[in-house]
Order: sequence, then structure tokens, then C-alpha cells
Amino acid sequence: MDRRAFLKSSAASVAAGMAGSFPFIAEAADEILVGGITDLSGGLDIYGKPMADCLTIAVEEWNAQGGLLGKQIKLLNYDPQSSMQLYTQFAQQSALKDKVAVVHGGITSASREVMRPVLDRYRTLYFYNTQYEGGVCDRNTFCTGVTPGQTVAKLIPYAMKQWGKKVYVVAADYNYGQITSQWVKKFVQDNGGSVQSIDFFPLDVTNFGSTISKIESAKPDMLVSALVGGSHMSFYRQWAAAGLHKKIPLASTTFAGGNEQIVLSPEECDGFLVSYNYFENLDNPVNKAFKDRFHKRFGANYPNITELAMGTYQGFNLWAQGVKKAGTLDRVKVIEALESGISIDAPSGKVSIDPATHHCVLNVSIAQVKNHKLDIVQTFQNQPPVDTSAVCNLIKNPRDNQQYVIKL
Amino acid sequence: MDLAAIILIQVLYAIASLVVISSGLAVIFGMMKVINLAHGEFMMLGAYAAIEAIRFGVNLWVAILVVAPLVVALIGVVLERVFIRRLYGRMIDTMLATWGLSLLLIGVVTSIAGNTTAGISAPLGNFAIGGYSVSSYTLVIIAVAVVLGVALRWVLLHTSLGLIARGTMQNPQMADALGIAPGRVYSATFAIGAALSGLAGALLAPMTGVVPTMGGAFIAKAFITVIGGGPAIVAGLVSSSMLFGAINQVATFASTPVLGEVALLVGAIVMLRLLPRGITGRFFKGAL
Amino acid sequence: MPVNANRTIPVADALSRFSRSWKSAALALAVGSIMLIVLPRVLDDFALVQATVYAVMAILALSLGFVWGFGGILCFGQSAFFGLGAYTYAIAVTNMGDSTVPFMLAIVLPAAFAAVLGYLIFYGRLSDVYMGVITLTVTLILFNLVNSTAGPEWKIGSAALGGFNGIPNIAPLNTPGNIDDVISPRGLFELSLAALLGVYFLLRVLLAFKMGRVIVASKENEQRLLLLGYDSRVYKLLTFVLGAAIAGLSGCLFANWGAFTSPTVFGLAQSAQIIIWVIVGGPGTLVGPVIGCVAIQWLTTQIGTQQTINSNLVLGAILVVFVLMVPKGIVPSLGELGMKLVGAARRTRRSADDTRNVAQDDTHSASREEAA
Repeated sequence: MDRRAFLKSSAASVAAGMAGSFPFIAEAADEILVGGITDLSGGLDIYGKPMADCLTIAVEEWNAQGGLLGKQIKLLNYDPQSSMQLYTQFAQQSALKDKVAVVHGGITSASREVMRPVLDRYRTLYFYNTQYEGGVCDRNTFCTGVTPGQTVAKLIPYAMKQWGKKVYVVAADYNYGQITSQWVKKFVQDNGGSVQSIDFFPLDVTNFGSTISKIESAKPDMLVSALVGGSHMSFYRQWAAAGLHKKIPLASTTFAGGNEQIVLSPEECDGFLVSYNYFENLDNPVNKAFKDRFHKRFGANYPNITELAMGTYQGFNLWAQGVKKAGTLDRVKVIEALESGISIDAPSGKVSIDPATHHCVLNVSIAQVKNHKLDIVQTFQNQPPVDTSAVCNLIKNPRDNQQYVIKL
Repeated sequence: MDLAAIILIQVLYAIASLVVISSGLAVIFGMMKVINLAHGEFMMLGAYAAIEAIRFGVNLWVAILVVAPLVVALIGVVLERVFIRRLYGRMIDTMLATWGLSLLLIGVVTSIAGNTTAGISAPLGNFAIGGYSVSSYTLVIIAVAVVLGVALRWVLLHTSLGLIARGTMQNPQMADALGIAPGRVYSATFAIGAALSGLAGALLAPMTGVVPTMGGAFIAKAFITVIGGGPAIVAGLVSSSMLFGAINQVATFASTPVLGEVALLVGAIVMLRLLPRGITGRFFKGAL
Repeated sequence: MPVNANRTIPVADALSRFSRSWKSAALALAVGSIMLIVLPRVLDDFALVQATVYAVMAILALSLGFVWGFGGILCFGQSAFFGLGAYTYAIAVTNMGDSTVPFMLAIVLPAAFAAVLGYLIFYGRLSDVYMGVITLTVTLILFNLVNSTAGPEWKIGSAALGGFNGIPNIAPLNTPGNIDDVISPRGLFELSLAALLGVYFLLRVLLAFKMGRVIVASKENEQRLLLLGYDSRVYKLLTFVLGAAIAGLSGCLFANWGAFTSPTVFGLAQSAQIIIWVIVGGPGTLVGPVIGCVAIQWLTTQIGTQQTINSNLVLGAILVVFVLMVPKGIVPSLGELGMKLVGAARRTRRSADDTRNVAQDDTHSASREEAA
């Protein structure tokens, strides 16, 4: 057998149903342990802090209502400081030392792909709650964030209808940016448009002067940005400094994930289009109640509850419902309960787990940046994860364990 | 033709950025041989000082050009007194101490300001060259870099402060014997270096994101520029900035920003191989 | 003539004699061997996995400790060889399957790279800071290049480089020739610790022989060495290459530990980390960097586990305080402390004897002075 196949199967056998999985989970001391691994320092802390806060409040809410299975939940938070080595170490620690019931964590796809094999190997359930590029097919992992098949599919046609058919793409140079830009290209072409160029930038690039000149000479109708992180914010600054934000409109799959609309001034980013599952001004009673509770807990001046933060809140609630339905912390039984069709009424609307892909059916809204806030322009209900469904079916192949790069 | 003008402006901007970023380090390392690994964080402090000042209603230009350097100079004086001065001559220890200092500063600023702060947008709008628009602020940065270089040279060459500083760096014991307190000179020099770093951070804030970790992007380039320049402070700074800035920007235009960075780094290696003592180790010898 | 002049041993001399003698090497090896035998039986899975990464990074620290502390080469880019080792192993094992050749390649390739780079540096007569800058730029170049390989077109053989995401799911080492007999976590720990001890032993032996002494001499006073007829460039090059090979070994083991590698292994942060380990532990010793590495790693992990204070703040404060209080590094300071205690014990024992001998000494010294 080929080495790689051997390893994959041995890892996958762990994820597949095992009769009599031994009690790896610590149920002692009348407490349920949950691991949270998100960056609170380093370059990715702009994303991590709100996520950690939402996880905290989710745990506290359940504890206030009597806990889970009659026990209080204890949250163990780790700060990997944007280091892949620490992500590995903390994943190992959560699984082997603390023996947590579940890990909620990981921000970039890089961090997820580092933790996933570790948590597979040590048989710990993993929830990845961030929007990402799609394609993860792993019975031990649940991805509760939106994927391009849900957001980009709606954002691009809307933007093209408003602005035009010639599209220029700038993206972060790692697998999220690479794959998402392919999806952008697909949807642009499906709607009769053309992509003039796709430019990639590693995460630490701050000098975009020549790129901006290149974009100008290409004269696109619109710019699509899949840039990520604190350094890439300088693109928006330099774009506005050159006066181009008034000339060429911009749509983004990542803008506002790190509250860029608050950091930048209205003149710099008003009019940008984004598409996510959750926005703070979604008008429904669950969201209102949640915001009240959140601001009471973390202060009324909290910048903005981001998509990633809400993803974490929703992910935790999905897991807790799964445990409640299973009646036990046993990993396999919880997985089966989650696959039986769990859904929750979340601040973003109804969120349900799709059993075949371990991804979620979510509402998706398009919003426009205005005056440091995001104004919703259109909402689509119950969008299924079509991109991952096309390649992944865990009901038919429960031993599947990889991230598919969806060929377009 | 338009494109040539654009490229020229971008190249000048790249050179100016390097001059501005590296000037503080050139003073601190060039004159005191202190490897200040917290240089990036001094820049970050300058940026935050400017932002806070603007929030309190201070005029943008005053905030960038006056408040930021002053604040960071003060912080520099305090730090120098408290512990840098115990570490003179101990290069290894200063490295460790300044690295710890940089982490400390990042931690303090993150705890106080959080990771999401409103920044400054670039003032003065833009202007058009043919079909391209260029931010007018880039011209401001170019102007500041020129003024900086000239001012630094003038101070070192034509003022008594400069003379005292140069003398103390050359031979502290002799200066001491002549009645000048080396300790005071070191404090002042460190403060000036810190002020320049703060100015750089504030100046670049409208063009880059202001986050507590922004310093890391600059420190490597600053070091390479300063050390590549060689022993002469101003001449070295200017000559290596011109060389590396040009290589960086031209390569970026020819390909991608990443390859532009790589070209700068490769250029540094080649240059150091040919001129092992830096540019002013061989050319412009005896210049300041 | 002071009475006790010949009796009190100056602390620094005794310490440096001890640290250079075979006794300190034997002590270190003994401690290490005990850990090698006892720990796998005593520690649970998680602690073993943690201990493995400490051991692996300690090898990396040792490489810089040797190159810098003994060879006098201020290398800001040791992470370049570490990263090359990790990536070479990852790419080679993905292409070849059996891990024996990849393992050796992971050691040889960084060494070859170092040979070329070293030739550039030492035969160009670059020294101290300039050398530091070149090594720094090299590791940054590698970082920038590897970081931009995210597209699917970047692959060597069947191994996609993966850019920022790196290469996941790296196959672990297997018994040579038997591809399915992969190493267990316990086995990896034993291998890493054994490698650490082996490298330590190798370096101690090297330093005891003439070549080692020449290497140290080129750090102490290069001109004198040249005047004595040795070509310091060759020795510096050898030191550099050996350090790179050790760093490559560490990189290979790291790729095994985490089953992944990413461009951050080439980054500025990683490079600075290694330097910090050596400084904290004490440059000029071999044990120092190892201890400094474990201490800082452990500290960083612990700090990441608590949420009350920002991680950078805590680590930064600790380093700053450390520099002010323990200027020489952990091991030399501990050594001095130990020597002082030993010396104090000896002095109290001897002062009783000495009061008896004072009269005789005076007589002897008086007669010697008359004879002189």
C-alpha cells in the first residue's frame, strides 16, 4: 500500500465509526472540558479576540441554564500567538493532557490543517467555525462557517449587475486566497464576465504601490479583494490614498472580518460590498437579545461582532445541541447525533448541519459598508454548502479524510 | 511616458521610505553601536502617538511631525536611563534586552489600545499623471526624507551638538577628559534616534495599517539598509537607501512585490560581498 | 605575601576548567542517558510529545550555540538551515516513500547550502555585523520565496510546496527498508533525545581535539591564528557547515514531530527565537543553549495557556528582567553560583587548618625571599 494511503487510512479509521471507543474524554470532576484555540496575539489577533469572546459568552450562557448533561462546562482557552508550532502543541495538549470533549478553534486554513490531523489522531472532536474556502471532508471535523459556494455565489452576480463585467482580483497568497479566487473566476464567467488578472500577495506584504498602478492601467469595472490580515489593510489605505476608491468599486470576501470598516475612515471604504452569514444589524429577535447580552457582558463600546465571532458562537451551540441530543460525551455518539439533523435558531437566522458534508446550511446576506457600519442590502435564506457537497459525501464514504481542492 | 513618471515617483517613494525608516536606527546603531531590536516598536509608538493626538483634536501635521517624535523621544530617554545605559558595550545583552523590550511594548500597546484602532487616512488627496492617479502624500514623504537627510548632516557637521556627539562616539574617554559627560551625550543621541523612529512610524501610518505588530515589517529592512550603508551615518544611510530602494521598486514593477523584496535582499548580499564594510567603507570614505 | 594565595582557587578559572574537562561532558551525558531511559516509562503521551519538541529545538539551539559561542560566527539566519532540513525531508519523503534517504538529505542539503553561503561570507572576509546581516537576508529570502508558492503549479516531484500553508501530513520516519514500520511518538522522543546527546557528544569531542581548539582560537583572536599559519577561513567554513548540518537534522525531526512544515520556519521570529535561547542559556557553553531553549519554550507555552495578561507583555517583561539580573545567561551564572558554594565550603574547611599553618608559612616564605 502506498505510504500516504496507509497513513490516511489509519487516521481515517479513527474517524470512522468504532465500536466501543474507549473513554478518552474527561468526565471526571462534574465538569465538561472544552478547548478554545484562537490567536489573541500576533498578526491574527484582530480576528481571534472577538472569536474568543463569543466562545466565552456561549459557554457562560449554557452554564447559566444548568450546564450540559447536568454538568458545568469549563472553557480552556489557549493563545497560539499566531504560531503554527503552538497550534500543534495546544491541539496536542487539549487532546492528550486535558482530554477535552471538543476543540473549537483555528482561524486561517493553515492553522486548521495543522490541527485537524492531530485531533484526528488523538480522537478529539473538532469544530472549525470560520468562513473558509470549502472542501474539508473529515468525519471528525465540523466546519460551521460560510464557504464560497454560499457567499461568493451571491456576491459576484449582485456586484456585476451593479458595476460591470470586467473584474480584477487581488487575493492573499495561501490556499484560502488561491481557492477563493478560483471561485470568483467561476462565478464571474458564469455571469458572462471576464477576469482580467488575479494577483496574489503573501500575508506580510504592505507595499501595494505598483499593484495599484497595474490595476489602474487595466481599467476594470470592479475590483474583488480576498486579502487577509493586518498587513493587507494597507492595500485599502493606499487604494484610497491614490483616490481610486471613488473610481473603481470594490467587493470583498474578507473585508470586515477583522473590523476593517471601523479602522478605516468612511471616505476610504464606503460603498464596499461584502457577503457573510451574520451582520450586527440583522433584524430578528434572537439577534437583538444576543446583542443585549453580549454588550452587557463585554461593554457597550465593543467594536463589532464579526462574522468569525458569530461563527464561533453558533458552532458552540450546534455542538452543545448535539451533545444534548446524544445524551453523552462519547465522540462517536455525538457525531451521529450531529449528523441526524441538528439546527438552531441563531442570531443570523436558522443554522442547520448538513449531514453529508459536516458543513452548515446558513442564511447569507450581502451588505454595503457605510459610515463604519455594514448595511444589509439583500438576504438569501438557507443556502446549502454546494461547493463541498459536490466533492464530499461522508454518509457514503465515512472514511474520507482530506481537504478537496475543488476543480473548476 | 506617464508610466515612466509613475515609476520614477514610486522609486523615489521607496527610497524615501527607506531613509525615513532607517534614520533612527542609523543614529542609534551608527553612533552608539547599540543593536536596537525594538526599533520597529518605536515606530509603532510614534504611529499610535499621532493617532491619539489627532483624536484629541490636534492638527494632523502637528501630530505627525511634532507630537509623535516628541513622545517617542521622551520614552527613549526614560528607557535609556533605566536600562539601556547599563548595557553599553555588551552587544549580546542589548540584543536580548531590546528584543524583550519590543515584546513588552507590543504587549502594553495591545492591552491598552486593543487590536482594532481607527487609523489615519492619507491627507491631501491625489493628483493625476496621464491616466494614473498618484497619492499626493507620497510626495510629502519624499520631501520629508530629503529634509531629514539634509538636517541630519547639517546638525552633525555644523553644530556644536553634532561635534560633541561625533567626538564622544569616536573617543569617549577623551571627551570625558575635555569636560563632556558621555552619559548625557548617549542619552541625547538615543533620544534623537528614538524621535526619528517615532517620526517615521507616524509618517507612514496613513499608508500602512496601524496595529501593535506593525513594527516587524520594517525592522529587517532598516537593519539591512543601515548596515549596508557602512560606517558613515548620513552618507551611508542615503547611499544604501538609494541603492536598495531603487532595486526593490524596479523589481516590483517588473514582476511582483514579493520578488521586489527578494531582489532587495539579494542585492544586499551581492553588495556586501563586493563591499564587505558597507558602501561607505569603500566609497565616500571620511564623509559623514 | 598573602597567606592563602595558593590555597584559594579563583572561581572563573575553576569553572572554565571544569566545563572544558571530560568531567562536565560525562555529567551531562549521564543526566541525558538517565532521562532517555526513565522518561518514556514515566511520562504520559502528552508530556512525551511535548518533551520531543523541546529536544528537537534543543538540537537547533545547540547548533547556534556551537557556531556562535565557540566559532564566533554571529549567524542571524540559523533558521534557514532548520527550514531547509524540514522542507527537504518533507519533499523527499513525499516523493520517495521510504524515509532513509530523505533523512540523510535533510542533513546534507543544508550543509551543502551552508558551504556555498559560507564560502561567500568567509572568503569575502566579512565579519561580525555584516555577516549577521547576510545570514539574516538569506533566511528572509528563503521565507519570501517559499511563502509565495501557494499556487498549485509549485511542486517538486509530487510534493506541492503549499506556500503559507506549508506541507501537511508529512509521513514519519520508518525503519530503513520497511516502509510500514513507522516510528511511534515514544520512538520519536527516544530518537530526538538520543540525537541531542549524540550531537552534544560529537561537539564535545570535536572541541577537545585540535580542530576544535583552532575553531575557538579563530573566535578569540583571528589575527594571532593567521600569524600562526592557520587558514581561519577554512575552519570557519567547517564550523558553519557543521552547524548547518545539525540544524538540518533538527528541522527533519521537527517535520516528524508536527507532521507539517510551513514557511514560518524560515521567518524572522524563528531566527530571533534561536538567538534568544542561546543568550538566555549562556553563550560559550554547550549545555547553556539547551537549557535556555527548554526554559523559553516551556515559558512561552505556559504563557499561552493563561489569558489574563497579554502573552507578549509577560514574555517581554521576563526577558528584560532576566537581562538585568542574570547577565551572563543561565548556565554560566548557575555554574558560578555552584563554584562559589563549593569554594565557600572549601574555605570554611581550610580556615581551620590555616590558622595552624600560618606560622610555618611565614617561616617558609621568609627563607624563600632570602634565597631569591
